[in-house]
Amino acid sequence: MKRYNVVTSISYPKIGAMGKTGRWRVFKPVLDKTKCVNCLRCWIFCPEGSIKRNKDDTVSIDYEYCKGCGICANECKVKAITMEREESK
Amino acid sequence: MTIMIDTGNYIAAKAAVMAKPDVVAAYPITPQTTLVEGIANYQESGEFKGEYICVESEHSVMSACIGASATGVRTFTGTSSHGLLLMHEMLHWAALARLPIVMCNINRVIGPGWNIWADENDSISQRDTGWIQFYCSSNQEIFDTIIQSFKLAENKKILLPVMINYNAFILSHTSMPVEIPTQQEVDNFLPKRKPHWELDIDNPITFGNIIGPTHYEKVRRAMQDAHECAKELIPKIAKEWKERFGRYHGDLIESYRCNDAEYIVLAMGAIGAESKVAIDELREENINVGLARIRTFRPFPKEEIIKLGKQADLIVIDRNISAGSGGVLFNEVKSSLYNEMDTDTKVSGFIAGLGGKDVTYKDIELMCQKVIEGKAKTHEWYGFNREEV
Repeated sequence: MKRYNVVTSISYPKIGAMGKTGRWRVFKPVLDKTKCVNCLRCWIFCPEGSIKRNKDDTVSIDYEYCKGCGICANECKVKAITMEREESK
Repeated sequence: MTIMIDTGNYIAAKAAVMAKPDVVAAYPITPQTTLVEGIANYQESGEFKGEYICVESEHSVMSACIGASATGVRTFTGTSSHGLLLMHEMLHWAALARLPIVMCNINRVIGPGWNIWADENDSISQRDTGWIQFYCSSNQEIFDTIIQSFKLAENKKILLPVMINYNAFILSHTSMPVEIPTQQEVDNFLPKRKPHWELDIDNPITFGNIIGPTHYEKVRRAMQDAHECAKELIPKIAKEWKERFGRYHGDLIESYRCNDAEYIVLAMGAIGAESKVAIDELREENINVGLARIRTFRPFPKEEIIKLGKQADLIVIDRNISAGSGGVLFNEVKSSLYNEMDTDTKVSGFIAGLGGKDVTYKDIELMCQKVIEGKAKTHEWYGFNREEV
């Protein structure tokens, strides 16, 4: 990757550039695989790339970086994702 | 070289197009309109080959320029008055992102009351954005400064946006003969921009990301250092221009008959040009007065002003006012001298020409005479009459 020596703020893309953002979460998306129809709406709408698309088009959630915004649960047409309060750590 | 007789705005359009920007984004506002119309005409005729982005506001103008400049291409725009004020947020952005955007601002009154004439409060109120600011006093200087500004802005030690200011109508809509070099001569002086960093889909980066206090402090310090470097580079570029084209408008300041002067007038823009006539008239009466026309308000020519202050009493004319304080140039001149003087230099200030009120050489002579005769207050409004309707 090309690196620049600059006097302003730039950043290079890498996984977790902003730290473990999963710690910000108050509500956690929980996927019920028995209801999921693999439509991939959650994967399309997740603003953080935290829905992982597997080779067979099933999905899983990356809790290291999911901030718990709830967009996936809101977009899911078959209500396969529910938001559950995180237990206090 | 050819001679072109045209208005400040059309001359600015010619200069901008000869600098070969890849992107121009603009929104029209009086008295800038003919500048951006001029560039559109050059696009229609095929002389301007870049992208012309028409947007819905000046905030979007500067945002488009930032985006374009960040991809590494040369970018130009122009605005005036309220348009400049609407850009304010993005002016800071452009400077902190260190993008070498060049912009003309035609100094016009801020309303209300609504008025389209010359007044420098618009650009003076953008003083702290980090932009380099030039103030021009002739159409030739507008042409030369635009081409020079790209070279200055894109230098890797500078990487700052540049604002070229000139007074509404007095220059923007007044025709003067201007020497225009050939395209080849301009290309030789100003090669294609080599970006210091760029947005590139093959090497993705983000810019304007979150940084902590320590890094942020470095960004601000680097900007200050770049302004200090600009103090050295502006005279070098002016010298190179003089060698190539035989024209010279001064460095950070333009000195006129200052050598033996006991009084020196400090002014900017059109009042700076008018002052030369006043200086000549006063010299006829054996009054030793000179002119230091401030060309760059940012970086501020502190060192030059200290030299002038050690030689002569200073008479500052401001076509602006910081309400609750005073003339901004007047205040900055005084602050430059503080703790630097072993002389009893007097600094007198006049507020003149607000709202486009005409300031003639006769007015400037009267200001000088008032100071010389000891009748002027330290800071006063020239010719102001509360009773006048």
